[in-house]
Amino acid sequence: MTEEKDDKKYTTISIPTPLAEKIKKRIQGTGFNSLSSYVTYVLREVISGTEEEPEEAFSKEDEEKIKNRLRALGYLD
Amino acid sequence: MMPKPHGGKLVDRHIKRKPSEVADLPKFEINTNLAEDIENIAKGVFSPLEGFLCKNDLENVIKEKRLENGTPWTIPILLDFDKKEIKDLKEGDQILLTNTETGVHSILDIDEIYTFDKKTLAQSVYGTQDTNHPGVANVNNMKQFLLGGKITLLESKTREFDEYNLTPKETRFLFKEKGWKEIVAFQTRNPPHIGHEYVQKTALTFVDGIFINPIIGKKKKGDFTDNVILAAYETLMKYYYLKERAVMSILRTSMKYAGPREAIHHAIMRKNFGCTHFIIGRDHAGIGNYYGPYNAHMIFQEFPDLGITPVFFKSFFRCTKCDAVVNEKICPHEEKYHINFSGKKIRELLMNGEIPPENMMRKEVSETILKFDKPFVE
Ligand SMILES: [Zn+2]
Repeated sequence: MTEEKDDKKYTTISIPTPLAEKIKKRIQGTGFNSLSSYVTYVLREVISGTEEEPEEAFSKEDEEKIKNRLRALGYLD
Repeated sequence: MMPKPHGGKLVDRHIKRKPSEVADLPKFEINTNLAEDIENIAKGVFSPLEGFLCKNDLENVIKEKRLENGTPWTIPILLDFDKKEIKDLKEGDQILLTNTETGVHSILDIDEIYTFDKKTLAQSVYGTQDTNHPGVANVNNMKQFLLGGKITLLESKTREFDEYNLTPKETRFLFKEKGWKEIVAFQTRNPPHIGHEYVQKTALTFVDGIFINPIIGKKKKGDFTDNVILAAYETLMKYYYLKERAVMSILRTSMKYAGPREAIHHAIMRKNFGCTHFIIGRDHAGIGNYYGPYNAHMIFQEFPDLGITPVFFKSFFRCTKCDAVVNEKICPHEEKYHINFSGKKIRELLMNGEIPPENMMRKEVSETILKFDKPFVE
């Protein structure tokens, strides 16, 4: 593989041809216009599923503010 | 499980700074719709957008209904400038975008200045080039150049109904606090009649809570005023919903009347608020006869990766034979037994100061509406 420049946005990977053919069939009629876009989507899903969910970072003060706002609406006790 | 924000991360580009700190930047007054776009970008309603679209993203949205990186996106969010305005601007510049009505003060980092084809844009987004379509008319009125780039919101002022204007950060916090795992969102521009209530409650039966999310803003003559819509829902929720199952928050954004494409856009915004499901009715975001009544259902097939589940409804109606409010899936009787909920008819009655029949609209809701001197936009 040639060395990639920093500004290069995509890279090539290999998957078995029969799998590629299967995927091509599966994405017909969906919004995925290419094998690459589908594979990218699946990989993103897999990766995001394993990544730790970052907790919403609220300061105590912010949290109290939000709680008061929601209590005023009657949505929190 | 609460969905991740669209594109993976909730955008937050609201940085409180005094406008005086950036007073030396060239300043441009923009219209209220654009200012509301900026607020929605900054608060994450339009996540993953961090600013106005650049050319590659716009072209991809037009052709593929996706951003360049493949994320579903159907309604271009664009900033248009004319020749005179861009005269002294170049890519890399920072400018100040302001709007009096909203008090929006924001910075745009100009990534790109480019031109676009109005016909292509109108045809792709609205499926027509007919200038009678309000969306197409808007496109035709756009200025010639587009500015793409990230925005930063410095300041905006408190406006009417802001107590109901929850940000995605706040609704996500609220849903978590309430212990809701599955939340269905309902989009509306009208006070609720019995048909709406059935749609909402049918969906609510299968999830933990409902997020009622009226679009507030510019309306046409004869529409119910924002005041009336909110008061009507407050009343309905007070008398006919469990307090722990329903919340309401407003959304300030303009209606585009882009039908199917706008249905996807509406779903994406609700996903950012933390909802797992989104109700799509008949002719969602449609106008006139530009779209088939269920085109806004079909378009979801193109987006298996949307990350929010559409809940499709055809109309509810009253069946005199069933003696109940039903829909086409559960009532076997002929049409002669069916009475439709006509928003138009209800409006006519209310316009004459009359209370609509209770099997059309809840009495408490009608009374709430009639308490207003001017319930309609004049
Ligand atoms: Zn029946």
